[in-house]
Amino acid sequence: MADPKPRVKVPKTASKGDVITIKTLISHKMETGLRKGKDGKPIPRKIINTFTCEFNGQQVFSTNLEPAVSANPYLEFSVKVEESGTFKFTWIEDDGATYSKEQEITVN
Amino acid sequence: MKTVNRRHVLMIGAGAAALGLVGLDIHPALAEGKADELIKAFTGGAAPQEGRVTISAPEIAENGNTVPVSVSVESAMSGDDVVESVMLVAEGNPNPGVATFNFSSMSGQAGASTRIRMAKTQRIIAVAKMKDGSTYMGAKTVKVTIGGCGG
Repeated sequence: MADPKPRVKVPKTASKGDVITIKTLISHKMETGLRKGKDGKPIPRKIINTFTCEFNGQQVFSTNLEPAVSANPYLEFSVKVEESGTFKFTWIEDDGATYSKEQEITVN
Repeated sequence: MKTVNRRHVLMIGAGAAALGLVGLDIHPALAEGKADELIKAFTGGAAPQEGRVTISAPEIAENGNTVPVSVSVESAMSGDDVVESVMLVAEGNPNPGVATFNFSSMSGQAGASTRIRMAKTQRIIAVAKMKDGSTYMGAKTVKVTIGGCGG
């Protein structure tokens, strides 16, 4: 499969103190390790096991994912913003590979 | 000698059959036991109180591969009334753990949504751990028409 492609949806602007909703999605098969391939052998587990969201370098939300999370893991959560800054989203795969994306927000 | 042998064979056969039956019977119970263990490990042994945690999910999920699930916890998310983390558990899955959401004082509200796989009709449980160490739980049963755990 093609490389996992992260996508995030963050409002471009917000008012100070607003609670904003952030939606994230990454294209990933989330192979559970329970399925068997055509040769009858189990397909090794390969999932995104950790997701973190940082705002201006401070962690605001994180998730530990298990194989029970669907393919193309979708996450929606909220953050209260007090100042302008940059969100950094990081996805970590079982084999240690990381995928990240940054998004700015203007708070006035 | 011959009769003893035959008896032995019969006994072994009966034993194996009984084992097989027991194995099948306890399987779902085992998975639920795993869910309980997970919850205990998460709460530190305490039994969570009912309430404050709401799960929204469809009553009937046609495709167990992607079941949208939202969880929210009543909390001001400021001062001492802060939800530290919420664990989602699907009782009837081969591995009941689903996801753990870790919130912070910047979360604004303690809620998150995702999409999960469900092997069969079962209860989804969400356990919330507060900053002061107290734990709350909520549950919702979702009917699954086609299971989504591969195989």
